[in-house]
Formats: sequence, structure tokens, C-alpha cells
Amino acid sequence: MNEQLIIAGKSYHSRLLVGTGKYKDFTETRAAIDASGAQIVTVAIRRTNIGQTAGEPSLLEYLPPEEFTYLPNTAGCYSADEAVRTLRLARELLDGHKLAKLEVLGDPKTLYPNVIETIAAAKVLVKDGFDVMVYTSDDPIIAKQLEEIGCCAVMPLASLIGSGMGILNPWNLQIIIENAKIPVLVDAGVGCAGDAAIAMELGCDGVLMNTAIAAARDPVMMAGAMKKAIEAGRESYLAGRMPKKLYSASPSSPTSGMIS
Amino acid sequence: MEISINGKFRQFDNENMTITALVVTLNLTGKRMAIEKNGEIVPRSQFSQTKLQDGDKLEIVGAVGGG
Repeated sequence: MNEQLIIAGKSYHSRLLVGTGKYKDFTETRAAIDASGAQIVTVAIRRTNIGQTAGEPSLLEYLPPEEFTYLPNTAGCYSADEAVRTLRLARELLDGHKLAKLEVLGDPKTLYPNVIETIAAAKVLVKDGFDVMVYTSDDPIIAKQLEEIGCCAVMPLASLIGSGMGILNPWNLQIIIENAKIPVLVDAGVGCAGDAAIAMELGCDGVLMNTAIAAARDPVMMAGAMKKAIEAGRESYLAGRMPKKLYSASPSSPTSGMIS
Repeated sequence: MEISINGKFRQFDNENMTITALVVTLNLTGKRMAIEKNGEIVPRSQFSQTKLQDGDKLEIVGAVGGG
């Protein structure tokens, strides 16, 4: 199917975006990402390990930035200032790369997003020339405000980060999708391939996930399952489902020509 | 002089050391990194002209796995 996801003017054939955390090692990270078919991969920005780095392999060697679109994130940031500072460092680190994932958390226990700080950071980053893909709650009003600020994609949670609880409020997601003129991606909470398919059937433009793949018993196999689920869900959405009714009295086999 | 690097103070004999010299000293040559000095990003192109002073605070960051 020749149908592309467009984010900040760039086309992607894969609608699955994946994180690079929580894997056993970089070999497994690479194998899972290959199996997922993802073209956009998230990375975190952290202090370089001083004194023990010589010869230590780096993520970038396993996932060359020429091969993948990097999506640096602000994971672990609890204020707008920290998030902005982190992404400015990321832009310098990645040679002026403008695409970034903004997330500002509000609570270390639940990792629930702080939308007030998120909005404040989004305003600064958009003004500063970043293409901001923004993680947020599934509040349709906040999602719309983030779009109006100029974010290039809005990414509501399906459920809390790392919870694997799946899509808890499909109705809110539907309202967000209906109102949005920018891509809507579900970010966080997907637990299995079925959840990813449901997100796509709701009309999401894509799904971003990490733990659902990395914490599966077989991450590489799950990555492949997610790829298929995203594709199947997308096609199911585009094909348009039959209407639901309690009963139809219209069997699939002919009612005429019955023997008597 | 004493410089804070990623939250830890370190002593250096070389006064007026540049960031390029520091990168060599720390065994980070060739690594992809971004550096902030006293809260301001120092572009890579300016590493060789940027001199460090006693009390400077540096943050040296890289990309790691994350979701």
C-alpha cells in the first residue's frame, strides 16, 4: 500500500515508531527495530559516562543516524525549562536535527504528563524552530491547544507509560483524532499487538511504543507482530468496518434455493 | 583549576585549557556529544576556541536508549 505517514513534511512508510530503551543489549535493540520496520526511533539524552567510555559501544553505532530518523526525547523532565534545555542539547548533538519528542512528566510514580508544563515548553520549542511531536494526556482540549501552538504531531497516551494497559479511553482518542489536522499518534500504554491494531482502527496515524516490544518474552518476535498489527489496523480503518448491530436477520448464505 | 563535569568536580593542572584539550584528556575523542558550559551550549565548531576557567560547570551529554 502506497500510503505514507507525513510528519513535518517528511514521508514515512512505517506508522510504527519505537523506543530504544530497556533492551538486553544493542544487538537485541537492533534486531527488534529491524523486525518492527520502524523508521523513526526515539533516543534519550543523558550525561556521558566520563572515565569509562573508551571502547564502550554506543547506540549510534548500532542505529546509524543516516539509516533512521532520530527522535530525541525529554524523558525524565519534570519542568518546561528542563525539557527545552534537553532538546537544545539534542539538536546540537544531532547536528541541527529539528524533530523532537516533547514530554514533561508530572509524577514519578505514575509518569502522568504535566500538560501545563508541556504547553509552556511547546510554545518555546516551536518558536525556536523545533518540529515538536508532543506527548500528552488524552484530553481533547489540550491536544487541540498543542496543535494550535504549532506542534507537528500530537501523541496522547493510551494508558500510562510502561503499564501495558492498552487503550483505556477510545472515545477521547476518537474526539482527538476527529478534531486534529496534524497526525495523531498513540504514545504509551500499548501492551500487545491487539492494542496497536485497535489504535490504528480508531484512525490514529501511528503508534509509538517501547516497553510493549522490549519487555515481551521475545522482543524480536513481538516487534514483527507489532509491524503487522499496525498495518492490519490501518487497512482495517481505511477499508471501513461494517456497522455494528445487535442482530441483522441477513444471513451470509442465500435464503433462496433451499431444499424442501 | 577545578571544573565541574556532569555534576562532579575534577582537578586539572592545565590552566586555560580548551574544550578540545579537555575532550582529549577525558578520552572522549571521536565520540558524538553535546556540551553545555555554565548553562550555555558550546557549538562543536567552537570547542577549540573555548577556554575553560576555574569554577566552570560543564554538562557533557550523548544519546542513549530510551522510549
